[in-house]
Formats: sequence, structure tokens, C-alpha cells
Amino acid sequence: MERRLRILIAKPGLDGHDQGAKIVARALQDAGMEVIYTGRRQVPEQIISAALQEDVDAIGLSVLSGAHEHVFRRILDLLKEKGASEILVFGGGIIPRDDAAELKRLGVVEIFGPGSSTDDIVRIIDQEVRKRRLN
Amino acid sequence: MSERDLKNRQAQWLERDYRNALSGRGERKKTFETRSGLPIRPLYTPLDLEEIHFDYEKDLGFPGQYPFTRGKDATGYRDNFWIFQQYAGFGDAEEANKRYRFLLDKGQTGISIALDLPTQIGINSDHPLAEGEVGKVGVAIDSLEDLEVLFNGIPLNKPRQISIVANAVAPIALAMFIALAEKQNVPTEEMVLRIQNDVLKEFIARGTYMCPPGPSLRMCSDVVTYCAEHHPNWLPMTICGYHIREAGSTAIQEIAFSLANAMEYMDHISRRGFDMAKVLPKLSAFMSVNMDFFEEVAKFRALRKLWSTVLGQRYAIQDLSALNFNLVNFTAGSSLTAQQPMNNIVRVTIECLAGVLGGCQSLFPCSMDEAYCTPTEQAVEVALRTQQIIAHETGVADTIDPLGGSYYVESLTKSIETEVLRYLEEVGSRGGAVKAIEQHYFQEEIAEASYRLHKEIQSRERVIVGVNEYRAPEETPIEIFRPPRDTAEKQELRLKKIRENRNDSKVAGLLKEIERVAEGDENMIPVLIEAVKNYATLGEICDVLRNVYGEYEDAPLLARR
Repeated sequence: MERRLRILIAKPGLDGHDQGAKIVARALQDAGMEVIYTGRRQVPEQIISAALQEDVDAIGLSVLSGAHEHVFRRILDLLKEKGASEILVFGGGIIPRDDAAELKRLGVVEIFGPGSSTDDIVRIIDQEVRKRRLN
Repeated sequence: MSERDLKNRQAQWLERDYRNALSGRGERKKTFETRSGLPIRPLYTPLDLEEIHFDYEKDLGFPGQYPFTRGKDATGYRDNFWIFQQYAGFGDAEEANKRYRFLLDKGQTGISIALDLPTQIGINSDHPLAEGEVGKVGVAIDSLEDLEVLFNGIPLNKPRQISIVANAVAPIALAMFIALAEKQNVPTEEMVLRIQNDVLKEFIARGTYMCPPGPSLRMCSDVVTYCAEHHPNWLPMTICGYHIREAGSTAIQEIAFSLANAMEYMDHISRRGFDMAKVLPKLSAFMSVNMDFFEEVAKFRALRKLWSTVLGQRYAIQDLSALNFNLVNFTAGSSLTAQQPMNNIVRVTIECLAGVLGGCQSLFPCSMDEAYCTPTEQAVEVALRTQQIIAHETGVADTIDPLGGSYYVESLTKSIETEVLRYLEEVGSRGGAVKAIEQHYFQEEIAEASYRLHKEIQSRERVIVGVNEYRAPEETPIEIFRPPRDTAEKQELRLKKIRENRNDSKVAGLLKEIERVAEGDENMIPVLIEAVKNYATLGEICDVLRNVYGEYEDAPLLARR
């Protein structure tokens, strides 16, 4: 049987607004994925070590404090360093469009801003993880 | 018309006129409910007031009189408008000072200081955890020097009120303002400082906590009791429902959990032997104004009534005027959409109107671009103008509590009251707010409500214009504000200079003294004032507090399945 998708949802940095992270976590669970939620104030190193330990397919980062550039870059770098670039990174929060485009250029699968449909999030994550599993 | 006649006429109307007119088509949705889930009838009449045993004297009374349902002040807005505020701050103190001057120049009458996250959780800008966060969601304050620069050219008594979003670090913020008032030579009775100082809601909702709940309560109460004694015109504690609501709660949960928190603080202060009649008037309430217009107005009226009756009874208050409080209304950031952001101007306008009809003492409109960034000058100016237009052009501020007596609004007010009391009973049976936090009760209730609302939006049962209906094929980009990039560097330099120029051994002695006071029972504000005057940094002081009290850690939790 195919392994269920395993997703880590994380709140990096000092931002405490976790409504979005919790909604996404729950929607992914409802869609049958296994979800691990880190809680708040995680440094990138903690997030990566949780991701490796839990053997996840994807990491979802929620940042509303404007620290997204720093955080996403650091996570992507660490994944490369650990040879774990097959783990997908997606995100959401208060992120200007140009920044979202730049993050996608760096390798983030998608930035789901305010008002995103969780059906879309589920569909895109599912599709992208499967694509990557095939490669 | 007699009550009986009315009953017959109304039943007839419902059966014949209403149902007939609907026949075939039916109503446009299956159920009509407020956002909190209260059922809404097609029509409200005097019969609905009968049903809730509406009693003018007991339920409403007069403005400025117990139970304050109709408003805090006897004069409403006929002597003065509410305070026009805009939550502002970014970058370093110099940058933020420019924004404050801009806003004062445009007619803002209060200043509200947004602090960046490192400041809010008590670490300096050069701390490794501060990386990427310095000067982002607010201004960076590492020492008294930053606050001096922040108010450069702005005497503390110029705005009608200064408010600051300090919670975990509230005692230090208070100490800094006392020190700054002395430096600026402004008598503290000529200025009003409102401190947020509500750390319990940080555990429940927003997450900028530092120490665990127990010692946090003690620090909050030191701020309140110090001000009650030395600065009686200041507002040292703001009970916050806003962040609870923004985390996804209903309007009913918002005020219920806020009141539960208020009781926890007041129980604590009362156990420490203070006169509650002197302490209670120091409190303000900071609430969200969301889009469900009538429910929001009713919520504010219910809050005033519940606050005065519930707290009055609990602390056996004789002087009923002690049960009045400042209501601070902030429009709901979470109601703003990233899609078609210009529409947010309309949302904010509607929310501001509900805030004013709800009888607020200060109003904070969001700016239309906040689903993307800290507001641009242009966006924040529109937000400020929104409240000025409501104040000067609409006439809604010309009589007091204009919606009072509305069959619908009074029915809603009563229903909200009943539901809130039910929640308060539940929290009481759990042993109070701190226990309920430890049991994750609030957090789970909020997460449930939040997910429910999300699913309603997802299924388009609830329409959000531009998000799940009336979508634009292509979004028009808006101007984006970027906080300066060099804030962290500037702060590092400033910190270095401060450490070079101050008397280090004196600071070390004061930090030792803070440790002693924190371990004991005496009020910590006096020693903090000494410490900040000698340029002990925020991070240094908080390190001492963290060593004494420990640090709180978030429990990662998902709703039970």
C-alpha cells in the first residue's frame, strides 16, 4: 500500500499567529495525510531536525511577521546541506506577491496567501509530492 | 395594540405575508445565524423584548450609569469624539518617529506603538533568535535611548493617549515611560499611557509570552498596582479579546474568554490584598470589530453590562462607577482580504461604524494593504480618514447609543449575555483562566470555531467577496511597504554604544537587585525604573526575569480526532 503523505507544519521565528497553520494542518489531516505540527517559535534547525526525524514528504511554513525571506532561505539551505532536498517546502502568511515569486524561484513549491482554499492546498501538495516520488 | 393583538397580528403576518411571499422560492439560505451561531428571526418586534423580559432600568439604564450598556460616558460623543488611533511602528525609533509625526500631522489624536517581536518577547536586537525579525512588525526598542528617540519632538502629553503593545515586557515598558516623562519634564498626570499588559491572551492566542502564567500574573499585577498608586490617570491593563478573535474565536467566545482573563488578574490582585475599587477602574478592554455588524454592536453593549455586573458582584464593589472601563475597538485584521485589496477600505468602514455604534473610546482602523504588509503612508491615511469621515460627516455620533431599544439589537445583546455567562460558568468549573489555559480549553474551543468558519467559507456557505465569489481573473498589484533593511545593524551599533557609555558596574548591581525583587514579593517597578534610567537593556532585564521565573514553551497541539 502506498505510504500516506506525511507533512510537517511549522511556525518558524517569533510570530505567534497560528490560526492559518492550524487550519491547514487540520485540512491536510481531513484529506487523509499525516500531519505533525511543531508549535510556535521554532528555529530552522529544529524544524529540519523534526522533518528528518519524522521522515516527512513536505514542510509547510507559516510566517506572518515579515521574516519570511530569512526563514525560507535558511530552511532551503539546511535541506540542501542535509541532502534532503527531496522534501518539499511550501508556505503561507503575510507575504507580498513579489516575495512569493522570489521564494518560488528559490524552490518553494507554492505560497498560499490569505484566502487560499484548503482544497487547493491539499490538491497541490498531493500532486507535487507524488510528482517528486516518481522522480 | 394589546400584547395579545400584537401576537395574533404577528403570527398572521408570518404565516400569510411572509410565508406566502416566499412560497415556491423559499428563503435564500437554510439557516440565518450570526457569526457566533445565534439564530436570527425574520423580524423582531416588542414581543421579542417581552420574551427576554427586557427591563429598561435593569438592562440598559443611562449612559455613564451602571450597568453601562448604553455607554461609558454620560456625554457619549457629544463633548468629544473617540480617540483616533492607528497602530504604528517599524524599523528603528528614528523611522517610527517619522511615521508618528506624519500621523499626528494628519489629525491622529493618539499614538499607538507597535513593537517588533524581539522587543515583545524580551530579547535584544542582537540576539540570535531576533534574526530576520528586527523592526518588522513594529519598532525595535532595546533600551530607554530608543524610546527617547521615538518621542523626539513629540512631548508625551501632546497626544490624548499613548498606547503600547507591551505584555510580557509590560513592567519594563512602564518603567521606560516613567523615566522618559521625567527626562521630557512632562508631569505624568498630564499624559495618559495605556499599556496592553494582558499576558494571558498571549498563551491563549497571540503567542508573545515570555515566562509561565504564574509569574506572568505577578508581573502584570505589579504594573497595575504601581499605576493605581502612583499614576492613577494611566491605564495599566487592557483586557484583550481582539487576539482571541483574530485566532478564530466567535464574538461570544471573544468576550467570554476576555472576562475570564480579567477575573484571573483581579483574583490575583485581590489575593495580594489590594482595594479592588481602586484597581478595577484601571482596566480597559480591547476588542475586535468584525463584519457581522449587528452582532458586533450588541457584543460591545453586552460586554459593558457583563463587565459591570459580573465583576461588581465578584468583588462586592459598592462604588458602581469603578465598573466602567475604556473600550478600545480595533477593526479585524483577519477580515481583510489579499484579493481585491481596495475592497478592504469598505470592510474597514463598516467595522469602524459598528465600533462607533458600539460606543468605543478609541478606534483603530486597519489599512487596506495589511493582508500583504505593514501599511504604506497612503493606506494608513485612508484608514485615518475613514474614522474622521464617520465622526464628522455621518451624524452617527450625535446621539448616544442610537441602536439602543432596537428590538433586534436588544435581543442579540441579551442572547450574547446568556451565552457568555454559560462560558464563564464552564471556565469557573475548570478553576479559572490559567487552569483553562493549561488544559488547552480556550485554545481548542477557538481552533474548533476557527475551523468551522473556514469550512463555511470553503464550501461557500459564507461568501467573502473576491475570495470565494466575484473573483477577479487577474489581481491588480498594489504598492507594498518595505520596512528598512538596515534596522538590525543600526540597533547592534546602538547597543554597542550604550554598553560603552553607561556605568556597567552600576547596571550589574541593579540587575542583581532586580533578581532579588523578582524572587520576593515587593513591587518590581521602582527597581526597573532605576535600571532603565541607567540604560540596562530590555534583553538584560528579561534574562534576569527568565532566570528567576523560567520560560514558557508552546505545546504543539492539534484538535483531537
